[in-house]
Amino acid sequence: MKKTMRLERWLPVALVAGILAVWEWQVSAGRMSALFFPAPSTIAATFARLLTTCVLPANIVATLSRVFVGLALGAIPGLILGLAMGSSSRLRAVFDPLIAALHPLPKIAVLPLIMIIFGIGETSKVVVVAIACFFPMLISTAAGVRQIHPIYFEVAENYGGRLLQVFTRVVLPGSLPLVLSGLRLALNTALLLAIAVELVSAREGLGSMIWFAWETLRTEELYATLATTAALGISFNIVVQYLTAKLVPWQVEREG
Amino acid sequence: MRFECHNLCKVYLTRDGSVTALDGVTFAAEQEEFVCIVGPSGCGKTTLLKLIAGLLEPTVGRITFDSDAADGRLRSALVFQEHGVFPWMTVLDNVAFGLEMQGVGRQDRYARARAFIRKVGLSAFANNYPHELSVGMRQRVGIARAFVADPQVLLMDEPFGSLDAQTKLVLQEELLRIWKDNRKLVVYVTHDIEEAVLLADRVLVMSGRPGRIREEIQVPLGRPRNLSDRERPEVVEVKLRIWGMLEDEVRQGLEMPT
Repeated sequence: MKKTMRLERWLPVALVAGILAVWEWQVSAGRMSALFFPAPSTIAATFARLLTTCVLPANIVATLSRVFVGLALGAIPGLILGLAMGSSSRLRAVFDPLIAALHPLPKIAVLPLIMIIFGIGETSKVVVVAIACFFPMLISTAAGVRQIHPIYFEVAENYGGRLLQVFTRVVLPGSLPLVLSGLRLALNTALLLAIAVELVSAREGLGSMIWFAWETLRTEELYATLATTAALGISFNIVVQYLTAKLVPWQVEREG
Repeated sequence: MRFECHNLCKVYLTRDGSVTALDGVTFAAEQEEFVCIVGPSGCGKTTLLKLIAGLLEPTVGRITFDSDAADGRLRSALVFQEHGVFPWMTVLDNVAFGLEMQGVGRQDRYARARAFIRKVGLSAFANNYPHELSVGMRQRVGIARAFVADPQVLLMDEPFGSLDAQTKLVLQEELLRIWKDNRKLVVYVTHDIEEAVLLADRVLVMSGRPGRIREEIQVPLGRPRNLSDRERPEVVEVKLRIWGMLEDEVRQGLEMPT
């Protein structure tokens, strides 16, 4: 049992290694265009050069600061409004139609409007990221509060729980699993939007690096930057998974 | 402590009109008494408990009692059939929950909770979460929580309804043992006649839809009780009498699906 588990774990790694090996071999044999598909070893060397010359670290910092400032500005209000909407049907009646109308709008499409309002500087980029983080956080949190079984509220009321006690002992922990999955969605969206905004209008950040590499046809830089972006996305998910295991022990173990 | 229900009626409004769950329920319960309410499913037993607990307001009628609480409410503790314990709290926090709501300090409430956790045999699981326990163990947590809160009335809504027969027997004896040392007024709802007769001093038989009290029956058994008591002829006679009253109701319920 344990052995097959370990095998399944290593299988994807072996698969990726195999694909890279075939890729490398095909390029060195001249059967694949080194211009469009530079060999993995070339990409790795480029990656190392970008890392040591501090080009990559500076741009990672630029992108990450947009991601996290945007997340804080968007997810915190989303959390608060989500908790309120989950608890109050009146608030839901007011905000549900608004959210249904605004949520499907691709957030990158509002960038021009935001730039008119906030100027072409850093603020408008962060605002777009924030708007994109707001919705998944809000929707998950509200759903998290609403899926709490009514019995738990009855128990709290029966034992004479006051509003604040019900909030901290029932509403918060009861919605936490979905709040955290909202956080994961918000983080992924934040990265997506930060890169998208940088592709369109920025002088630094991973998105602008990708765009610059494409314009100058430096494909090995393009691949190295893409790999970096993917690694960021993966590490976000690992961090949230770790957080979930720490904060929601009653849920994680049930799934395991 | 004594409480009285006077002519309690509860009408629910639904999309297709109104449903009368309870229609003129009147009874009284005395201090330290163990009252069982039996009735067919859907006769409003749970509604009655929620009315006593103050979770629902009666449409007509009232409940009178002498309260010692500052806000004048009846201090009750309701034990649910399932889902009653919080999945996000450890056994210790679950059992201490009632005291926490009353504002009892951490150390004090943990000490009192631990005493009851020991009484229900869960000391080894105090820091576990409910999903790590069996259904029967979770019901013990719910019962311990209710006793620790030291309510005026203990309300139990088929707490052992989802357990297998053997576990049920063990927990019934356990409940009686704990209750012997912490005599409270208990109102215990069940559809199991056997259980009602084993536990109660007095059995109230309800009719179905709308719920009414059809009859009150004193159980001819002293305490402490044991399993063999249930086979005594006077007890068997009581069980047959209750079943005689319920049989018609159950048949009617089957013929008139709602």
